[in-house]
Amino acid sequence: MAILEMKHVSKYFGKVAANVDVNLSVEQGEVHALLGENGAGKSTLMNILYGLYEQSSGHIYLNGERLKLRNPKDAINKGIGMVHQHFMLVPTLTVIENVVLGMDSNHAILDLKKSAEEFAEMAKNYDMPIDPWAKVSSLSVGQQQRAEILKALYRKASILILDEPTAVLTPQEATALFDVIRRLTAEKLTIILISHKMNEIMAVCNRCTVLRQGRVVATMPVSEIQDASQLAELMVGQQVKLTMDKKPSTPGPCVLKVQNISYKDKHKVSRLNKVSFQIHAGEIVGICGVDGNGQSELVRCITGLIHPSEGQILLGAEDISKEHTSEILKKGVSHIPEDRHKMGMIMDMSINENLILMSFHQKPFSKNKLLNWKWIRSHNEDIVETYNVKTPDIYERAGNLSGGNQQKFVVGRELDRKPALLVAMHPARGLDIGATKFIQQRLLEESERGAAVLLVSTELDEIMELSDRIVVMNSGNVVGIVNQAEATRERLGLMMASEV
Amino acid sequence: MNETKKNNAIFKTLKAAYYPLFALLIALILMAFIIKLMGYDPLNAYQVLFTSSIKSAYGWGETLAMAIALIFSALSFSIADRSGLINLGASGQLYMGGIAGMLVATNFEGLPSIIHIPLVLIAGGLTGAAFGAIASLLKNQFGASEVVTTMMFNYIAMHFCTYLISGPMKNPASDLAQSKSALPSAVLPLLLKGTRLHAGIFIAIAAILFYYILMYHTTVGYQMRVVGMNPKVGEYAGLKIKTNQLLAMAIAGGMAGLGGAIQATVIDVRLTIDWVGNLGFDGLAVAFLGGHSPIGIAISSVFFGLLLSSANKMEMLAKVPSSVVFLFQGIIIALIIGRRIFQLGLIAKWKSNYQNKKSEASDLLEMTRDAEKTKQDALALKQMTKKGSEE
Repeated sequence: MAILEMKHVSKYFGKVAANVDVNLSVEQGEVHALLGENGAGKSTLMNILYGLYEQSSGHIYLNGERLKLRNPKDAINKGIGMVHQHFMLVPTLTVIENVVLGMDSNHAILDLKKSAEEFAEMAKNYDMPIDPWAKVSSLSVGQQQRAEILKALYRKASILILDEPTAVLTPQEATALFDVIRRLTAEKLTIILISHKMNEIMAVCNRCTVLRQGRVVATMPVSEIQDASQLAELMVGQQVKLTMDKKPSTPGPCVLKVQNISYKDKHKVSRLNKVSFQIHAGEIVGICGVDGNGQSELVRCITGLIHPSEGQILLGAEDISKEHTSEILKKGVSHIPEDRHKMGMIMDMSINENLILMSFHQKPFSKNKLLNWKWIRSHNEDIVETYNVKTPDIYERAGNLSGGNQQKFVVGRELDRKPALLVAMHPARGLDIGATKFIQQRLLEESERGAAVLLVSTELDEIMELSDRIVVMNSGNVVGIVNQAEATRERLGLMMASEV
Repeated sequence: MNETKKNNAIFKTLKAAYYPLFALLIALILMAFIIKLMGYDPLNAYQVLFTSSIKSAYGWGETLAMAIALIFSALSFSIADRSGLINLGASGQLYMGGIAGMLVATNFEGLPSIIHIPLVLIAGGLTGAAFGAIASLLKNQFGASEVVTTMMFNYIAMHFCTYLISGPMKNPASDLAQSKSALPSAVLPLLLKGTRLHAGIFIAIAAILFYYILMYHTTVGYQMRVVGMNPKVGEYAGLKIKTNQLLAMAIAGGMAGLGGAIQATVIDVRLTIDWVGNLGFDGLAVAFLGGHSPIGIAISSVFFGLLLSSANKMEMLAKVPSSVVFLFQGIIIALIIGRRIFQLGLIAKWKSNYQNKKSEASDLLEMTRDAEKTKQDALALKQMTKKGSEE
């Protein structure tokens, strides 16, 4: 019998549908995978189950009893625990202090010693020994995750939600985590595992539910999955084909040459591993892969926001791997960043002020450090018109525009500089079909003009449609480089999911 | 078109001014209750506070004289704020500027005013700038919070001044801990007989203009505002965030230093213990009430000048303790800093409820429309097939 059932659950944020009519049924003692692309609605669904959001419609049943969750505390009291992708631990406190933090059973005077003993005993029973008196900041990432899991268990969780638990782990730590998961299910605990890594799902899960664009596409036992490409197909789906008239490219000289670059983040986890590829003038090279497999680090290396630990990045004949962003931008590189709100525009400034962000220091934008607003105004009015930005006037606060119009002016700002190299990351993410097509058309025009374009996207259709060549990435490695003519959805999907 | 643009500009100004005015009103009402509780007549107190000074040239002169120092102090806070830093060190920067200005003003006897006065101002400005920049350097190098360092530097500057005037800079002719008086050639001329209104008002106006041009018409100020509003975007645009903030802090400190040199030489004439008083934090209130805008700072500095210069009169005539004015300042700062809390707490909740309902309703409407359309399409299709089969 199902321990947990979600029936016809929908969640809308304003007009945006994050979940539509989702039915999910989880059996006691199973590991149930929740699978889907970024933005497919996995996290929203689990946040509803954890009481962080309230569903717009539909019901949740636990052991046949209807649940009304107003906040995470309600969820915890009902035995639902969640380990977030970014841990919710206070680094300056000890493990046990974190565990008892906010518990209802706390009295005015804490008996930490007693709690610590109970906690250590429990940890030992689960074969997950941990020192309750250790400071969280002194623990490794894997140990912190273990502390989070034990914290949920200490609060008597019977259902445990793990949100992309291996994203932050080394392969060895991941293997250890899988052992823990098997141990927990043996104790009749139920686990919901959010993931988009297919090998993980094959390794530990009993059943999986695939979400796409907020809807459930399929629920099936893992044993019935024939191969990874089947899951990839379910996850990505057959979408409306966008027909773009892409002319065959006539590559010019090499503009960007990435040679064997590697990068390790501050936790010493390798994010890029000897990545090499090149882009010629007039060519679009697509980077495809599941989000979080090194694309973002790659783009940041090229734009000088981080510096690779080894390897070279040649722009023309110059090595730019150690240069400051300002120098790289000056050399004719334009960047459409992955998150326009956080990286590409200032919500509280007007469109007029946002549009000069990259060029304000050049003539005729400014002379002797004085801004030439008169010239800027007419120039910006041209950009707004050319790029079809719908706004009352250029003095409108940028944050008041719709996402599509914001992205259009960001794209307009970057293309206006006539870059030699255009780096575009998720340029059409979250946009409606009209704006998406508009922006994709602009990228094609840039390459026809003779720019080298690096397009990073998780949308396979977009990548296959626009790119001359496709670089497939997985865990920071280049799995392969495929020409447009040879690229099929199945082939790319398999490469994205393959073990390296 | 032009007309709507104009209306738009007026509307935007009103929109920017509504909250400070609202805060002012609330503060006045709250203060009235407090004055009443203290056993005085609030209406009488307000009458003295707001009308006594504007009736006479003397009152205006004193009000504007107060406003001069407030403008420099407020600009010091606002310039740093624009680049994303919180400069609580105006007080210390005023002290350091005053000390340096006074060192120049008490020496170089025989210099003509036209050289002596600029020297005083330059010395004050540069010293204030250097003092402000230290806090920024500490932040850039060691990550020390500028909120704490600027605050602590106030004490360093204050005690350093006390040390100087009871030691190296002490006036040997006096028993008190105070410096010699500024030489007449180093002091800005007074403008209105019988009041302390002095030519520094022109420098203050120029400082406000400088602030406006710097922030809205130069690439330097533009970069500062980008960094202040969203450092991450600045980073992606290749801006050097630390350099920008260092420069902003130096200019901020320079403003306060300049104000300190003017205040010390013209108003106080000599350095005494605690000569800066509350000027640093009064400037904070002016900056907040003025919403960091050039025109807002100009207006609110005159308003606070009025309050401060009339406080003693209120004590004399309405018997209300003059310290009530500081309470008033505190309430205004609390209301303006609390704006977000206030808005998040009440307005935002109401707004989101309303918007949710609205969007749900429009979703529903759209769904019914869609259903209607499908129905019609189906009907049309049916008819077409019917026709087809008939033919």
